[in-house]
Amino acid sequence: MNERVARLRQESLDTKPWLSTERALLVTDYYRNTRTVSVPMQRAEAFHYLMEHKTIYIGDDELIVGERGPSPKGTPTFPELCCHTLEDFEILHTRAKISYSVDGAAHRAQQDQVIPFWRERSMRDQIFKEMSQEWKDAYEAGIFTEFMEQRAPGHTALGDVIYRKGLLDLKADIQTSLRRLDFLNDPDAYREREELRAMSIAADAVVRFAERHAEKALEMAAHENNPHRRQELERIAEVCRQVPAHAPRDFWEALQVYWFIHLGVVSELNTWDSFCPGRLDQHLYPFFKAGLEARTLTRERAQELLECFWVKFNNQPAPPKVGVTAAESGTYTDFANINSGGLKPDGSDGVNELTYLILDVIDEMRLLQPSSNLQLSKKSPDRFLQRGLEIVRKGWGQPSIFNADAVVEELVRQGKDIEDARSGGTSGCVETGTFGKEAYILTGYFNLPKVLEITLHNGYDPRTGKKVGIETGDPRGFHSYDDLFSAFRQQLHHFVDVKVQGNNVIERLYATYMPAPFLSILIDDCIVRGKDYNDGGPRYNTTYIMGVAPGTCTDSLAAIRFHVFDQKHLSMADLLETLDANFADSQSQERTRLLLWNKTPRYGNDDEYADRILADVFNAFYDEINGRPNTKGGSYRVNYLSTTCHVYFGSVTGATADGRRAGEPLSDGISPVQGADRHGPTAVLKSASKMDHLRTGGTLLNQKFTPKVLEGQNGIDQLAHLVRAYFKLDGHHIQFNVVAADTLRDAKANPEKHRDLIVRVAGYSDYFCDLTDALQDEIIARTEQTELC
Amino acid sequence: MFFENRCVLCGECLKACPHGAIAQEDGVIRTTDACRACGTCVDVCAAGARELAGRWMTVAEVLDEIEKDRLFWDESGGGVTFSGGEPFLQPNFLESLLDACRARHIHTAVETCGYAQRDLLLRLSSKVNLFLFDLKLLDSEKHRASTGRGNESILANLKALTQAGRQVIVRYPVIPEINGGEENVKQMIKLLRSLGIGRIHLLPFHPTGAAKYRRVRLPNPLAARSREIENDGSLTSLVEHIAQEFSGRGFEVRIGG
Repeated sequence: MNERVARLRQESLDTKPWLSTERALLVTDYYRNTRTVSVPMQRAEAFHYLMEHKTIYIGDDELIVGERGPSPKGTPTFPELCCHTLEDFEILHTRAKISYSVDGAAHRAQQDQVIPFWRERSMRDQIFKEMSQEWKDAYEAGIFTEFMEQRAPGHTALGDVIYRKGLLDLKADIQTSLRRLDFLNDPDAYREREELRAMSIAADAVVRFAERHAEKALEMAAHENNPHRRQELERIAEVCRQVPAHAPRDFWEALQVYWFIHLGVVSELNTWDSFCPGRLDQHLYPFFKAGLEARTLTRERAQELLECFWVKFNNQPAPPKVGVTAAESGTYTDFANINSGGLKPDGSDGVNELTYLILDVIDEMRLLQPSSNLQLSKKSPDRFLQRGLEIVRKGWGQPSIFNADAVVEELVRQGKDIEDARSGGTSGCVETGTFGKEAYILTGYFNLPKVLEITLHNGYDPRTGKKVGIETGDPRGFHSYDDLFSAFRQQLHHFVDVKVQGNNVIERLYATYMPAPFLSILIDDCIVRGKDYNDGGPRYNTTYIMGVAPGTCTDSLAAIRFHVFDQKHLSMADLLETLDANFADSQSQERTRLLLWNKTPRYGNDDEYADRILADVFNAFYDEINGRPNTKGGSYRVNYLSTTCHVYFGSVTGATADGRRAGEPLSDGISPVQGADRHGPTAVLKSASKMDHLRTGGTLLNQKFTPKVLEGQNGIDQLAHLVRAYFKLDGHHIQFNVVAADTLRDAKANPEKHRDLIVRVAGYSDYFCDLTDALQDEIIARTEQTELC
Repeated sequence: MFFENRCVLCGECLKACPHGAIAQEDGVIRTTDACRACGTCVDVCAAGARELAGRWMTVAEVLDEIEKDRLFWDESGGGVTFSGGEPFLQPNFLESLLDACRARHIHTAVETCGYAQRDLLLRLSSKVNLFLFDLKLLDSEKHRASTGRGNESILANLKALTQAGRQVIVRYPVIPEINGGEENVKQMIKLLRSLGIGRIHLLPFHPTGAAKYRRVRLPNPLAARSREIENDGSLTSLVEHIAQEFSGRGFEVRIGG
């Protein structure tokens, strides 16, 4: 990277995230003085007011401009969604991890203006008011979480519209829709008119926001002594007058238009997670190619602009949460996830020369934001995969790798047009969607092992003694494993009902009270339908519930089936007593724990006994959810990811029959239980493929290697084969941890947690925990050397 | 095998052992020579600290195990490697496996120390796609000193295999002082060139066997020496030097297996 990029990058890394009340104050100000207008108009006017008045920032040396806050790392709050208390501010300011500076002025503003206005009025307040007692009980027990209690439905990626049309062109489309309204025959005409007018105002808001940057750039140019920088500022002004009002004409403008649009979307509402440019390499390629051909762009300049663009993402920490979740260490990541490669809409290979440049950028920038992934198709060249794996090998977790062919098949199975599917991909963590055409809303994590725990306690939550489920029978009376599994299914059915009922109310609350007119402009077919993004305007509307810890759930069921029903090592009564005592009442309970942990057929070992149970758990969850209608003309779907929720869910889940102690984390994504997979990566991949990925909207598989394993061309080749093989099995996604010395040290201290850690010893690999202390020490030292060079 | 680090000292194995071969002394579990490897203790050990090393398998069972990973070696263009111990110590079993693999179009490699009956080796070699042939020391006396046998028949076997047109990769375990000297390297280069062998894998010395010596209760003759080599740090540069010697003369060299 050049000197400019190095400086901007370092500034971004060095600047501490801080909380800005500017947005909250402007929005509050608007609402306090608003005249009576329809809700969409109110949202659009508030947005316009914000974009008209918020601070404009252009940093030294910047080429791509615009910040969500007043300056880099300034993070706004969204009191209309959830309103931070002063205590929340204090926690955010002082917590050890993922803290945000909050100054005295912010405290006062929150206390004097924001809280008094929004108390009891935020969406969060409304949602909790509207939820049933059953829902609240299940929510508090940790059966499921609810995304929309802290943020708006967002979760979409952008298509290519902004590279073809300026916002003024889109306003013309809005006018066309307005002219077509039929107040004689269409009972929704008024509602559609208000929505379309709101979209038009929202478009103006972002055009104005860009103009203000142009003004600022010219003002700075007038005071700039360095002629080179003065020229740059004048060029920035020109870019900001062109986009987003009009379509971009070159590579620079194409990056800047996306950035303004991004800021618009994430300022209008907090869509955490994960608005992103989707297929950046394909969208930008025509500009890149034309620039190189016309000699108005060099590869170096393109790289510099991309890197300036990268820094922009890193400047935007995710808006922090409120309430109890504020106390947990969260993440600064806003989950923008850039897709590379994949397929073109016509089904041909989507990798181009810009793809490789973007991979160079990812490699060089080494930033956690934006996140990045490879969309690997069977048509993708090996060079693409190999280049990606070279970055993976560096051990900072990016890029992750997706099976583009599986993604297309998943989308087509959900009823989407094949060209729409091919121009789609994955966003957030692993979630499948058609880019620019779909609202695919994640509504919450769903704790599968907790459902099993409640089944084993006949509807009661042993942690609180409260009845939260339904009575499915005392398991001591079950005659077979089938009895148990059928009770589990009934319990699952009950909780999915509760979750979906809640979701359907929340969907209506957002459709009614919190439309997103700006986001609606960008997603087909909201303009044509005159409907909001949050109200079924998009071409496709999908609602996801995310299954968490199929690994822990499978192993627990396998343990009960094996030890209680098949081998009769212990009775159900003994097992329940042991679990309720968290294995701690006696020596013999600890022995039972070890037996359950070590001598159970477990998921992740290519073992039919366990893997069939995994498939049963998968099907049970799928059958409950897939195809249920949502309130927007779309359907419910499942996916499997846990982000960090398996830790929270673990904290509220008692001891499990696989030998896991109460409170410990559950398994992550679709990965096997930590340390339970002992037969190498090929066995894990085969086990993981026993669930039907193609019927999901995404699954997440973590694999962990030490750097030594992946050394040399041979290491890359082997890993490439592993990935290709997993994708032949229709695996959706895989990501690699290339482990550092700290982890190895922890592995040495807590071997039980790291049983699956593979290390390259010499001409062969072995499980780290099986090695002698001395050899472990040696490998720890070796790993550090690898990191240094 | 006993994994001391997993043992929780519950004493169940001690109670269960039908041969009275397990004792607890000074808070440590010990297995004595009375052990008949019957596996009773493995079944009762909840902590998974006991494992039986090796098990009896039929050809069909081994094939099932190989087939489990078919997808992966199909993808990588790989196959199965029969290793050991020394596969030629079980020639009939090896031959059955090789036949079965050929019938299923599975690529086979055999890793051998080369110390085998020539006619047996040659007969089976037609069924093997690739030999990974260990070559340690070319000076027969030194070879005898380190391994207990001279190397004449090993070298003759290597020659016979190459003359029969078999695919051979030579694997050279590099152990400083024992076989890492200039003289041995020179002799190896000369021999391999004369045989027309162009591929060599250098396997740097590693002390991994130490743990297994402990687990199976055998004395480790190289324990002290291996610690010295580990701490010395000169092994890497030695291996790289040897790699250069070979690649400088047109060999395709890989460090590690």
